[in-house]
Amino acid sequence: MSLVVDNLTKVFGSQVAVNHISFTARPGEILGFLGPNGAGKSTTMKMICGYHTPTSGTVVVSGYDIVNDKISAQKEIGYLPESNPLYLDMYVREYLYFVADIHQIKNKKNRISDLIEQTGLEKEQHKLIGQLSKGYKQRVGLAQALIHDPSVLIMDEPTSGLDMNQLVDIRTLIKNLGKEKTLMFSSHIMQEVQALCDRVIIINDGNLVADDPIQKLKEEIDENYELLLKFEGGVDDQKLLQIEGVTEVNRQGEHVIVRYSKKMDLRPAIFRFCAAHEWVLIEMKLQDDSIENIFHKITSK
Amino acid sequence: MWSIYRKEINAFFSSVMGYLVIAVFLILMGLFLWVFPEYSILDYNFATLDPLFAIAPFIFLFLIPAVTMRSFAEEKNTGTIEFLVTKPVTDTQIILGKYFANLSLVVIALLPTLLYVYTVYELGSPKGNLDTGAIIGSYIGLFFLCAVFVAIGILSSILSKNQIVAFLLGAFLCFLFQWAFGYLAQMPFFTGEAELFIQKLGINYHYSSISKGAIQTKDLVYFLSITGMFLYLSKFIFSNQR
Repeated sequence: MSLVVDNLTKVFGSQVAVNHISFTARPGEILGFLGPNGAGKSTTMKMICGYHTPTSGTVVVSGYDIVNDKISAQKEIGYLPESNPLYLDMYVREYLYFVADIHQIKNKKNRISDLIEQTGLEKEQHKLIGQLSKGYKQRVGLAQALIHDPSVLIMDEPTSGLDMNQLVDIRTLIKNLGKEKTLMFSSHIMQEVQALCDRVIIINDGNLVADDPIQKLKEEIDENYELLLKFEGGVDDQKLLQIEGVTEVNRQGEHVIVRYSKKMDLRPAIFRFCAAHEWVLIEMKLQDDSIENIFHKITSK
Repeated sequence: MWSIYRKEINAFFSSVMGYLVIAVFLILMGLFLWVFPEYSILDYNFATLDPLFAIAPFIFLFLIPAVTMRSFAEEKNTGTIEFLVTKPVTDTQIILGKYFANLSLVVIALLPTLLYVYTVYELGSPKGNLDTGAIIGSYIGLFFLCAVFVAIGILSSILSKNQIVAFLLGAFLCFLFQWAFGYLAQMPFFTGEAELFIQKLGINYHYSSISKGAIQTKDLVYFLSITGMFLYLSKFIFSNQR
């Protein structure tokens, strides 16, 4: 195990940001870290990397404790912080040289040239970091995290704010890096997590609510589908429960939300049911499986 | 530590910052010492550099907090501090790296004033009629004064995210430790032992003592311990802020 998080807790004042979280990760495993804003994702990652001091609990990175053996542990970690903070008044090469210097890397020039090639920064390498576009800044951030060839990579929302092409590039890079390293990244985007991760950890309000292989999560999504309906005029929506397969009917404002298992597509049945009752159906939409929905499903059990 | 030191020094001299600090200090010094009549050495009729050592603390009172204010406040504001802390360097290394870089800049600004020593040496009648011991002592005193001011500036920058707040706090604390204890000791209800004790808490007492050319252990101990205290406090607060 290259990353062992045990009963990790962080309390800010009276607010419990992270509440007794435990999980582990192996080399060659890509771990997706999900949760709504304010769930404690960033706080957890900051504790793993040694920025926040845990209130209680331990983090062990490649055998080194992050509190008692901080420097040794940090040598094993590559960290890309959430908003990708960089020294904007430094040149790309100058900055990478500084990072290499901190890591006491021998043969800095060669290492930096390799990284610039690996992250696709060749054209931008002589510019000021402040002049780079967001996508290229993200690459500089990645280069910074990879410079010492860490065994554990922690990325806090590495793909936020990038355009489609940049997204594809970064995802390919994550996929490749994940083959030999232990990689943990947080995200809001379900599709991304589905495409990249082997395992998913979901936290909510500082609590761990799921730690499952991606396959299991996909099944859960499939078992619980939501359909959004809108009618003209008032209808007795609870009657929809009479349709076989419908598990739940809720009213949300002027919309009716019907929940059913995806294995059978209920849309034709619902349409015929409404027609039979002469209800005027003006809208029917399958809900996107946004992270909030998965979340709702997992936490409402 | 030295990688951070080098980075900070580079940051000073790859922007206007470093040159501006040196230029401002030297222009002010030059104006006071050679042009403005009140302190002008030329009108003073004595071959002495006393005005330099009287004025320099006032200029440093503003200049040093202006240099140090960005050291931590800016990094906390932009979030780069998170990058720095999660690299394999200790908090002490970060603070000392920045401390020595800032102190170096101040010393670099101070070095060209050695030219004034030579000038006054040449102007003396007879030539070279100069209290060398007092001047060496004064420079050592000024160096230690800067060492304390920079430590105060670093602490202020750690205390605030806002550079203006860090500057004002730094300047206020520098003033407090440089002069306020001396003024406080003059209050009528402090007499004898108490008066002397309070005076000794301030920097000025030890600064003037060293300036006389007699470098005493107790003054050095004072300067080293008060610098150490501010740096330790910085480290303590910096580590516990997270």
